[in-house]
Amino acid sequence: MPRSAGTLLVLLALIVLWQGLHLLVGASSLASPVQTVTKLAALLATGEFWLNVSETMRAFVAAFAISLAGGITLGIVLGVRKLAGNVAEPILTTLYSIPKVVLYPLVLLCFGLGISAKIAFGVMHGLIPITLFSMNAIRQMKPVYRRTSQVMRLSPSQNAFTVIMPAILPEIISGVRLGFSLTLLGVLIGEMFASQRGLGFMLTSAINIGQIDTIMAIALLLTVFAVTCNTLMMRFDRRLTHR
Amino acid sequence: MSEKWLRVAVVTAMILLVEALCRIDVIPRMVMIAPSDMVVELGKLLASGQFSADIQITFTNIAISTVLSVLLGFAAGVIIYSLPSLRDAIEPLLASYYAVPTFVFYPIFITLFGVGSASIIAIAVLLAVVSMITATLNGLDRIPRVLRKTGQIYRMSRVKTALLIELPAAMPYLFTGVKLAVAYSFIGVIASEFILSGAGVGYAIAYAYNLFENGHMYALMLLVLIVVTVVNTLLNIVDRRLQARRQR
Amino acid sequence: MSAAASGAKIVPLAPQVAAAEAHARLRGVTRVFELPKSTLHALGPIDLDLAKGEFFSVVGPSGCGKSTLLDILAGLSEPQAGTAEFEGKPIRGVPDGVGVVFQEDASFPWLNVRDNVAFGLRRAGMDPAEITRRVDYAVGFMGLKDFAGSYPAQLSGGMRQRVCIARTLVLQPRLILLDEPFGALDQQTRLLMGDELLRLWRETSATVLLITHALDEAAMLSDRVGVMSTRPGTFIDFVETGWERDRDSRVVSTPHFGDITARLWEKLRIEALKIMSAGKA
Ligand SMILES: Nc1ncnc2c1ncn2[C@@H]1O[C@H](COP(=O)(O)OP(=O)(O)OP(=O)(O)O)[C@@H](O)[C@H]1O
Ligand SMILES: [Mg+2]
Repeated sequence: MPRSAGTLLVLLALIVLWQGLHLLVGASSLASPVQTVTKLAALLATGEFWLNVSETMRAFVAAFAISLAGGITLGIVLGVRKLAGNVAEPILTTLYSIPKVVLYPLVLLCFGLGISAKIAFGVMHGLIPITLFSMNAIRQMKPVYRRTSQVMRLSPSQNAFTVIMPAILPEIISGVRLGFSLTLLGVLIGEMFASQRGLGFMLTSAINIGQIDTIMAIALLLTVFAVTCNTLMMRFDRRLTHR
Repeated sequence: MSEKWLRVAVVTAMILLVEALCRIDVIPRMVMIAPSDMVVELGKLLASGQFSADIQITFTNIAISTVLSVLLGFAAGVIIYSLPSLRDAIEPLLASYYAVPTFVFYPIFITLFGVGSASIIAIAVLLAVVSMITATLNGLDRIPRVLRKTGQIYRMSRVKTALLIELPAAMPYLFTGVKLAVAYSFIGVIASEFILSGAGVGYAIAYAYNLFENGHMYALMLLVLIVVTVVNTLLNIVDRRLQARRQR
Repeated sequence: MSAAASGAKIVPLAPQVAAAEAHARLRGVTRVFELPKSTLHALGPIDLDLAKGEFFSVVGPSGCGKSTLLDILAGLSEPQAGTAEFEGKPIRGVPDGVGVVFQEDASFPWLNVRDNVAFGLRRAGMDPAEITRRVDYAVGFMGLKDFAGSYPAQLSGGMRQRVCIARTLVLQPRLILLDEPFGALDQQTRLLMGDELLRLWRETSATVLLITHALDEAAMLSDRVGVMSTRPGTFIDFVETGWERDRDSRVVSTPHFGDITARLWEKLRIEALKIMSAGKA
């Protein structure tokens, strides 16, 4: 497998670069790879850390579930209803490029300082990309597929499950992958700004007291988690679509 | 045309609804001020010049980070494209890139570059550059083989082919990257200011929130919304022109 | 109908035209594609001489290597074995004086019709007034006058193909290579475009190599038709049509035309059957 060998080599180069940078700027500015992993192991051994992890996860899972269900449903409706889609699309892309943090005070004022504010903030980040990708999946489906299923006189459910679903699935999974990352980002930012628990809160307090190794340990954990989930989703996509 | 008006009508109706809800106190003043008040506040705020330094610093940083991301992303995209083995190694990493919560690295940039514009621009570029790289690779991939062959038939030099055939053929895809780079620069800069900074529009909003100065806060939010909408609309106009030429 | 009964002149295979006259010449040309896990013998060995001013057509089953052959003559790819020459010089890169209309749509989507057609002339640094004159002529000639300012995305497939033909012809190449240029056109337009191509060919005395799926097109337009086998494509027959130089589409109503197409179909039918039975096996 020369492909993944190359990828491993690049990863290795990144770690070497990290170590080099660490030596250049000093341990107080940038923890080394070994220090980071050690710190992460130490954190994982404490119960308090797991409390924070589960707090973040609860908010994330709820936010992601809402984004997923809402985004796909909304996207399909807007994809099928041409006029509604055309009217909504520019509004959605504008909402997508708004730095949503600026709206966070509004979310806090509406939902208060609790888990629901974090969930709402995660949904604000994740919902729109999933909606946009699902909508475009339907709109950009080759018209010839629809005509083919008509000619074959498929029933509406046959049409939905054997033609439309497989045709739009890759696009939807791309949207879900992006939505996954952004929902996680939204929840974390929410915790960083106003929360007393969760990984985001841990990050903020570590920043305030300058604990660089804690910051990097959490960053590493989140990166590994997000990249693993993303890779699994890509595998799933490839299994389903033979691409 | 009618779609456009319908869209205007939908947005107007939503604003009016919020306005009405605020006026009849369904939405308390403590939570949100009426949209018309936001406009008034924004007018006062711009006239007073109280935040002009913050506004200037924010939009300068966004501009710098957009330009840097587009140039760096394009250059990196071309290099990666021309080295297939490097590309094979890097592509799986690029596909997972947006899964990395980039903001988490912001504190590290602060320890490296200090609190200030450099860290903010660094985080925004980190966020924006990869979409430009991906768009560049996609654009170069999608140049039909027959167009490059046509360049050869006209016996054009490598540089001429790149400028007159490859660049225009890839342009619609490159522009998608530019659009994303702008959006991510906005998000990167303002979010960094919001979380951890002592200046800029993002900081000013967080500051106003902490002091319960709803007038300032909503005026600044409105400013960001307006600027993003205008920039996005302009980019979409250009984009639609480019996409219209894409065939089939 | 047997080959002997047809009126077409039967020509022996392999080197025919006197070598000195050959405008383009292929000897033992072979093309092999290296695939990730195997090699694909796409073409050859091919021997072919194109006489100066000849109108030569190639017919053959899909995938037999016709486009590959055209790429080699255009200098776009090099054969693994054999030699290719144009005007007495070996073909290394794209030679001067060769024009190509590709099978795929090669119009530039970012340029309008007029700028597309002018593209090659501008590259050659021609005087702007002359460019305008030639482009106007070619655009009118191809029936695109009303669309001169339109972009390819606004045109039909057949119109885009006409843009590509115009873009090639304005350069007045000495060797014109056409890969199914009329593929996207309707039958009537096809015949009329064929007439226009013949007229142009007579006026410019260019050498033409035309790849086509349509046997009637090959029979009506050509001085000589080469029939290719299934992949790896080699020439299995050459048919001389014996038409006058100033012919046009009306030849389709002559009995001789029927004889030529019958002869072509007889050869091609066998090759087509091979593909079908190979597919079943
Ligand atoms: N760049 C390439 N790489 C690998 N194989 C190729 C390449 N180009 C062509 N081939 C293969 O070579 C064979 C001949 O292809 P070619 O395009 O010359 O056929 P053709 O006769 O023009 O077919 P058609 O009439 O369908 O256009 C085909 O089997 C094709 O798969
Ligand atoms: Mg072909």
